[in-house]
Amino acid sequence: MKIDTVRSDFPQLRETVYGKPLVYLDNAATSLRPLSVVREWEDMSLKYNSNLHRAVHKTAVDATERYESTRAAVAAFVGAEFPEEIVFTSGTTQSINLLASCLEGSGFFSSGDEILVAESEHHSNIVPWQLVSMRKGLKIKVIPVNSHGEILVETLSELLTPRTKLCCIAHISNVLGIVNPIREIVDICHANGTLVLVDGAQGIVHADVNIREAGCDFYAFSGHKIYAAPGTGVLYGKKALLENLPPYMGGGEMIESVSWEKTTFAPVPGRFEAGTQNISGTPTLVPAIQTCKILRDREIAKEQEDIKAFMAKSLTSNPDITLYGNPEDPAKKIPLYSFSVAGVHHEDLALILDKMGIAVRSGQMCAEPLMNRFGVTGMLRASFAPYNTLKEAEYFIESLNKAIKMLK
Amino acid sequence: MNTLDEAKAAVVEEFSMFDEWLDKYEYLIELGKSLEVFPVELKTEEHLIKGCQSRVWLDTKVEGGRLFFRADSDAIITKGIISLLIQVYNGRTAAEIVADDFGFVEQIGLRANLSPTRANGLNSMIETIRREAEKNV
Repeated sequence: MKIDTVRSDFPQLRETVYGKPLVYLDNAATSLRPLSVVREWEDMSLKYNSNLHRAVHKTAVDATERYESTRAAVAAFVGAEFPEEIVFTSGTTQSINLLASCLEGSGFFSSGDEILVAESEHHSNIVPWQLVSMRKGLKIKVIPVNSHGEILVETLSELLTPRTKLCCIAHISNVLGIVNPIREIVDICHANGTLVLVDGAQGIVHADVNIREAGCDFYAFSGHKIYAAPGTGVLYGKKALLENLPPYMGGGEMIESVSWEKTTFAPVPGRFEAGTQNISGTPTLVPAIQTCKILRDREIAKEQEDIKAFMAKSLTSNPDITLYGNPEDPAKKIPLYSFSVAGVHHEDLALILDKMGIAVRSGQMCAEPLMNRFGVTGMLRASFAPYNTLKEAEYFIESLNKAIKMLK
Repeated sequence: MNTLDEAKAAVVEEFSMFDEWLDKYEYLIELGKSLEVFPVELKTEEHLIKGCQSRVWLDTKVEGGRLFFRADSDAIITKGIISLLIQVYNGRTAAEIVADDFGFVEQIGLRANLSPTRANGLNSMIETIRREAEKNV
């Protein structure tokens, strides 16, 4: 498939800013929406709008069917064994907070237990665990990364103890763009009786995810990074584990029966989805998944490889640029580049690039401990999606060089 | 010395000469680069302006009833913005500054063209200058 055909499905790619064509390289923050997703949202809002799981009328039944078939589509997409293993949330952050809260509520943690968290995690996979730790008296231990940004898997043998209950790790770091060896980490942790949560916010975008093959116990991701409506997300959990967890919030259809004496709860995953669900948003995951599949087309994948080769060469050949997340094996790197430029503030660069029509991210990228690890106050990040072109990458590098010259 | 109104008008005119925002930023960068060197010993917590995304330091001196500012920042565009403010408010009396509405910032379209976090930073800079003046009225 031609990249132009794909691009025509994303109207925002035709927008201009300051009279210049928009070059959107902030995809790790959120992706653009294809028409198919917007149309699904429109259909759900204008044709099928109705509350789910409750009424017997036709529209409610249709809406419920579309919502529940989304669950099956997601389960198939990520290789889950059962659709019930897919819990719909508002995004990765809620998925992780839900898990933290429910694990705590299940009595999973006792004072003195330990949680492993990688140094390169997003705040959303750090702070929920800190909150639980404060309440339960747990200890958080950090899995370090090396100067290339690679997780030091060999440290696990020292870090793991009989008290280590959980290991929290990103499939792909939102700053470093390196695919972590999930299977290997899962095997080591499971041998110790430690459960593994994978933050898949970036992983779901750039890797072929097969949860059963990865073997992890929980996997969290957001819809909006894979082209679906914002406010959609998923927590995958192994069925047997989810069944042992109490509800997250109370209210709505998360119950089986309510009385003053004893309230009982719906089976999984309903018990985790209190209140009115994201009726219009969640079903957009179906066209979003379809988009993910289309974007894995061979010709588009080839363009991505060309972008990766060009970006790696351009960024590493400039002595003023320090690239963070530069694994020895280039196959482990996704087209996401966080870097700093000697003598130039990342914010200044982002502001000038903006005026040239380029959307990039600057700052700490919700990973302050990692910024400290590399001794910087922030970085500049250009993150590509499969609809980006080599031409855009070339324009980015050309503009970056101009901006550096202006600012130096 | 020109009056405060003249200084503001000069800045507005200077900015209106550039059609493109990129050129306006280039001008801010030049202003930032030309800012007088800020003594490193003044880069203390006490001189730091809170609420800016990049670090900004401001030092105020009062001589003969007039306020004189020196400033610095990690980020050159921020430095350009504070330099612009200094250009206008340096050497003014505390009463003049307190009575001013800082409206010229809207006139040059700077606030509207900054990201919300940057605009907050600009507000913090203005507030700090105003507070310094209030202390000396």
